[in-house]
Parts: sequence; C-alpha cells; structure tokens
Amino acid sequence: MKKRLLTLVLCGVMALSLAACGGGNSGGSQPADSGNSGSGGAPAASGSVYYLNFKPEQDGDWQELAKLYTQETGVEVKVQTAASGQYEATLMSEMAKTEAPTLFQVNGPVGLANWKDYCYDMSGSALAGELASDDFALMDGSSMSGIAYVIETYGIIVNTKLLGDAGYTMDDIKSFADLKKVAEDITARSGELGFAAFTSAGMDGSSDWRFKTHLANLPIYFEYEADGIGDTEAIKGTYLDNYRQIWDLYINNCTCAPTLLSAKTGDDSVAEFVTEQAVFYQNGTWAYGDVADVGEENLGMLPIYIGVGDEANQGLCTGTENYWCVNKNASPEDIQATLDFMYWCVTSDTGLEYLCSGDHMGFVIPFKGNLESSNLLVNIANDYVAKGTTSIKWCFPTMPSEEWKNVLGSALTAYAADQTDANWETVRQAFVDNWAAEKSK
Amino acid sequence: MEKSIKRYFPIFLGPTFLAFIIGFIVPFLMGLYLSLCDFRTVTDAKFVGFSNFAKAFQDAEFLHAFLFTSAFTVVTVVLINVIAFAVAMVLTQNVPGTNIFRTTFFMPNLIGGIVLGYIWQLIFNGILARYDLALKISAKYGFWGLVIVLCWQQIGYMMIIYIAGLQSIPGDLNEAAEIDGAGAWQRLWNVTIPNMMPSITICTFLTLTNGFKLFDQNLSLTAGEPMKQTEGLALNIFNTFYARVGYQGVGQAKAVVFFILVVGLGLLQLRMTRSKEVQQ
Repeated sequence: MKKRLLTLVLCGVMALSLAACGGGNSGGSQPADSGNSGSGGAPAASGSVYYLNFKPEQDGDWQELAKLYTQETGVEVKVQTAASGQYEATLMSEMAKTEAPTLFQVNGPVGLANWKDYCYDMSGSALAGELASDDFALMDGSSMSGIAYVIETYGIIVNTKLLGDAGYTMDDIKSFADLKKVAEDITARSGELGFAAFTSAGMDGSSDWRFKTHLANLPIYFEYEADGIGDTEAIKGTYLDNYRQIWDLYINNCTCAPTLLSAKTGDDSVAEFVTEQAVFYQNGTWAYGDVADVGEENLGMLPIYIGVGDEANQGLCTGTENYWCVNKNASPEDIQATLDFMYWCVTSDTGLEYLCSGDHMGFVIPFKGNLESSNLLVNIANDYVAKGTTSIKWCFPTMPSEEWKNVLGSALTAYAADQTDANWETVRQAFVDNWAAEKSK
Repeated sequence: MEKSIKRYFPIFLGPTFLAFIIGFIVPFLMGLYLSLCDFRTVTDAKFVGFSNFAKAFQDAEFLHAFLFTSAFTVVTVVLINVIAFAVAMVLTQNVPGTNIFRTTFFMPNLIGGIVLGYIWQLIFNGILARYDLALKISAKYGFWGLVIVLCWQQIGYMMIIYIAGLQSIPGDLNEAAEIDGAGAWQRLWNVTIPNMMPSITICTFLTLTNGFKLFDQNLSLTAGEPMKQTEGLALNIFNTFYARVGYQGVGQAKAVVFFILVVGLGLLQLRMTRSKEVQQ
C-alpha cells in the first residue's frame, strides 16, 4: 500500500515538473552593457546563439555560416528556419520555450508592435555603428529595436529575348501606357508568337503576396508621397483606379484564363517564365536563383508603372521588411554572444562573403562592409539608382495587419474571376474601409 | 493475479496517464486561462478578464464560420452514415472479394487530412480547369469539395464499425422475421436498425464531432476562399490567432467557446441516440 502511494506520488511529481518546464522564463534579465568588443578570434564565450531564420531560400547558407562561426570562435550557433509563410506562428511557439531564439526578425513597424516587449535595445552597439545609415534601424521610441540586414528590390523581371522576338526593346517601355500597349499587342499575337505577356498572377498562398502586398505598395506609396506622410490611420485610396489598371493588365494578358488564377502557385509563375511562356514576371532580387536559367544576357527589369507621377524617372521598388531583433529576455551572455555573431556576419570576410556573394545569399546589406554583388538583378537595380531614377519606397510594412492583406488578396482573386465594378467595389472596401478598421483594432 | 494487477497498475497506467496530462490536461487548463489573457507567447500572459470573449462574439466572421460548419456537419453526418451503412450492408452479403473491398474503402482514412486536401485540390482544379473554373472562385465548389473529401475519407472508417455491428446481430432474429412474413424493408427497419443502434450512436458521434472539428482539409483545400466564405470554425480560430497583432487571446476565447459547443452537441446527440438503443 505504501509503495503504491509512493509510485503515484512520484508519477505526479514527474508530471508536474515536466509541465513546469514550460512555465519558467521570468523575463526581465538585462545584460550589463551593450557595447562589445566585436569580431572573431576571441576565446569561446559562455553564451550561445539561436537564430530563427525567416528566409527558407537561404537556410543552407545560414547553416554553413553558423558552423564556420563555431569553428572560428567556439560559440555555438543554432539556426532554424520557419516554413514559408509560417514565421509568425513558429516564432510564437519558439519564444514560449526556455531555449527561446536569441535572434529573430520582424517585418517592420507592424511586426514590431507585436514583439516590442521582446526586443533588446541595440542603440550604441557595435553592430549599430556598422549601419550605412540610421534609416535602416527600426526604432521603438528611442530604443533601437530592429536593424535591417538586407535591402531588396522588386519590379517587373523581363525576358528581353522574348521581348525582342515580339519586336520591342526595353527602351520602348517608359510608362504604363507603353507597358499596356506592348502587353496587349503580345496578347493579340500570342498564338503566332507562342508566348504570353505576363506569367500567371497566381493567387495561391505561395504567390499572392506579390499582388496583395508588393503590387499594393504602389498606390500606397504614391498616396503617401502626395500627402507627404509615411503612415496613416485611414488610407484614402487616391490611386486605386491605377491599381485596378495594372491588375487588369496582369490578369488579362497572362498565360491562363483569369478565372484560373486562384489555383496558380508561385512555382507555376517561375516555371512559365523560365520555360519562355511569358515575357514579364513581377518579382524581386531574391528570385534571381529561380530565373537565372533564362541566361544573364536575357534578363532585364522594369519599374512597375501604374500611370502615376513622373514615370520617366520612376525607379524600382527598393526597401526592406527584414529587421534583426535580439531577444531581450535571453541571458546576458546569450545576448552578448548574439550581438557578437551579428557583428561578425557583417564585418568579417567570411560573413560578408556568405551574405553578399551571389554564390551564397546574394544580399545587398545596409552595412558599411557591403560587397559588390554578383546577383544580376541587384546590379540592374543599382543601375537604376545610378541613372538617377527615384526608387519607390517599401510602404507595405505599414499595412495594418496580415488580416488586411488576406482580405485584399481574396477580393483581388474574386475580382479576377469576375471583373465587374461590383467586385472592384469589394476590393476598394478591402483596401480603404478595412484599413481604418484594422488600424483601430 | 488480481493482486499483482492491483500492485503494479501504476507502472502500466503511469506512462499513458503522464502523456495524457502533458499532452491534454495541462494545455487544456493553460488554454482556459489564456482565453482570459492578452499574450504573445503562451508562457508570458497578462490577465485581462472577459474582453476576449466580448470581441469574439462581436466578430461577424465567427458567426458565418459557425453557420458554414453547421451546414457542413449536417450534410456530412447524413451522407457519411447513410452511405457507410449501405456499403456495410452490401459487404456483409457474401459478395465475392468482400475483403478487398473492405480494405480498399478503409484505406483513405490512413492518409492525413493535409495531404488529402492538397491532392483533392489538384484533382478538383484539374477537372474544373477544363471549364476555365477553379475551386476557390465559388463558395459552392468549396463546400461540396469539402463534403466529397470528408466523405471519401470517413465512409470507409464508419463502414468498418457498421460491419462489426451487422455481424453481431444474431441471424435467427432475421430468420424469425422472415418466417413471420416480413419483407426486406420491414426487416431493415424493425430488426436490423434497432439492433444497430449502438454502432449508429458511435458513428453519429464521430461524424458529428469530426464535422465540427474539420481543420486540415479546410486549410489545405480551400483555405477559406473565396472571401472567407468556406472558412469553418476551427480554421476561423486558427486565423484569428495568427492574422492580427494582439488577437491571440481572442482566438483562444473562440477556442473555448468552440469546445463548449462541441461538447454540448456531442452529449446531446449521445443522449438522443442512446435512448433508442435496445437490449438484445
């Protein structure tokens, strides 16, 4: 009898202690000093790094880089990558663990609002000193909560060989009117040419962000510019008609019927572009690896013209939605180790090679040590800047919520299947009315 | 023998009980508490009272999801049970190849919901594409698509339960009825079905709760498109949790409401069908 009782009690204790594992994390531990002595070579520190990576396409490179850092300094670096589209969900569960990520990322002001209580203030750190400009820091009041680690550019990627086959050159397209003329001409002759103007504007979850987020950035950007603001509680939708024009152009001049777009994926679009079924493909510098098969000499990039502003001087869309944040609740040693690792990544030869080289991640980084890129699309983007065009800023980090984007995406899909004014009114509501509603939530 | 069972039961019961506590009881209690909190991660929560529930009930999409799920559950409960019962009847009639049919019909149940959802999405879109249509452009396609997927997945499982039930009905009952001059329909209604009530109770309970809990298939087949019109309750809760800053607590509150709803309905149904069961 006694023994039995003992067994039961032991079982109970085991259960409780396991359950309690999840409940620790009192938080609030602060490291003494944020300044650090920085780069490699130092003897093994006591802390370790756990990086929750956002970009699946760079997972392999981060793993290798982490290994190299461990070899060089003895500090353990664990890199884990969330599945595409699952970053927030993964972060939420990882952060609840005792071994929480010490290094994670947010996508801008809206993402920061969610995680600001977890962000360590990096102002004055050696890493902050390496930033090429303070514009790339994400501030929460006076606290430097995030630091951008990659600058990206998107536009319309062009297969110039096919464009030539259709009888045009890149110089023929300088405005929305030109783009529309060329695209509609290609559509009219697609039977004879054997290709379409645009790749399918897929609205599957793997591709819809190109339109509900990236394309939607243009009307938002131009409205912010016209009003001289950088964020707003209530968007007016001044340039929604232009958004409709470009969306109409995309969906009615692509490789498939507009009713099929809801089922088209990101891979479909890439495949169509690479197998020369279409001339234009809206995407960004990160997609270079996907489209490189077309051949360097056949690749070009156009700004996304929507028929607003000074189109002759319009550049590509350049910005970032990737900000590194350090977990404030990690132990002081881990915070220090994380800051050292980040500093090493953007200053050491190995780190820069991995971050910037086209053979590895191919990033443009907003740090002083940035190397010249071997990513063709990045170089095209640089050419645009060198020509003196005005880059379109990324305003989509100010979008009110994921919910706002999702609702807009659904409305765009419904409109694509049945292009009536009534359905566009739904898009307008999703864009304008829902902006105010979501911002106030 | 009995004594040693008494002595050693904690060893046999312990591990499972422990797993049950860790995997079910603790998360459940945490979930109840979190529904009253504002939180980002589940271990770092601030108590806010019932405001999450207020927000949950103000959400028109939650109501729509409830109606969608209810309609879906009614349709699938009827379809799955009627078809599974019919198939079970056929496969207990000494048809040649009975075992092969039973195995084949049961197999879809071994595939996970997410996989099924994506595979069927390809199938449906492949067919609809011939008419320049796609699954996600109309709520009607989405609804019936989900019905087909769930039926395909569950009919085989319910069929096995029904077959077991049919085989346990003593043959002399039917024989006696036949001698008394009962026709096939009369025998079905007055002999077979009353004797099958325990199986019907189980199958109705399973299909009812599965209909309400539908998640994987919903997520992968339609993801709620178009415009959230095919978003079921479980998917709505999931989306609430992740789609908006600071709405984790509201999603949790919805989950508690959902739990009460499903338990309530399940108990009601058990009570109703149990009362029809007969003793042999």
